[in-house]
Amino acid sequence: MHSNLNDWLNEHGDYLYRFALARLKDTHQAEDAVQETMLAAIKNNSFEGDSAVRTWLTGILKHKIIDMQRKLMREQPVSDLIDLEASNESMDDFFDKTGHWLDRPQSFDMPDHALEQSQFLSILDACMQKLPLKLKAIFMLRDVDEMDNENICKELDITTTNAWVMLYRARMGLRKCLEMHWIKG
Amino acid sequence: MLTCKQASKLISQSLDRRLSWAELLQLKLHLMICLACYRFKKQLSRLRIAVQNIRTNIENDSTITLPLDAKTRMIDHIKSDQTSQ
Repeated sequence: MHSNLNDWLNEHGDYLYRFALARLKDTHQAEDAVQETMLAAIKNNSFEGDSAVRTWLTGILKHKIIDMQRKLMREQPVSDLIDLEASNESMDDFFDKTGHWLDRPQSFDMPDHALEQSQFLSILDACMQKLPLKLKAIFMLRDVDEMDNENICKELDITTTNAWVMLYRARMGLRKCLEMHWIKG
Repeated sequence: MLTCKQASKLISQSLDRRLSWAELLQLKLHLMICLACYRFKKQLSRLRIAVQNIRTNIENDSTITLPLDAKTRMIDHIKSDQTSQ
């Protein structure tokens, strides 16, 4: 089995690591996810010859990533949860009492030039990292990975209304962060 | 008439569920007269495309590799996990 492990790591390790990193946005968590995947692969050994090894390993990794997102959601400090609950209702940082925008959204276009575009994306990436853990977890699953809402709610054990509110909150935060840090040329 | 707050909520939810006819109609009316919410709607769809671009960029970036020490650590960890059983 151990020779398999070496082969898997050499042939698919980098791919799996990038796959995890693109979704967890944290090098240590991405390493952990790959390690958990290898452990599960060796233990279950449910590999069936008709699917490619990489596809099989990626399938395991997907579940490990969701497990980690779920754990992140649960480990969120209670104070953050209270904050989130309170802000669900008010969204005071975005709207005034009559429901008008405090800062009206500006138009941000995706830049055409390659250099500008990569700057834009790296600012957006930094904004994503700064999202509260709970919001980041659900945003990564829904908008980045395009997992369907029903599954997300089942996996994370939250209600659909809750999911909508959290996604709304995450998107509002992201666009605000981007507006603050991306200065159009 | 929807407020911007209500409209922005519906715009976000339209990415997650099918809005009712009534909601769609209200939203459409609001967007006809509100540039800020119209921009917000555009921002959200651009955001989605952009974050998915970031994802594929990382997935395809061959300069990002599983660190060697992490690899060694994994092999050690898994071997000790196996022998401890």
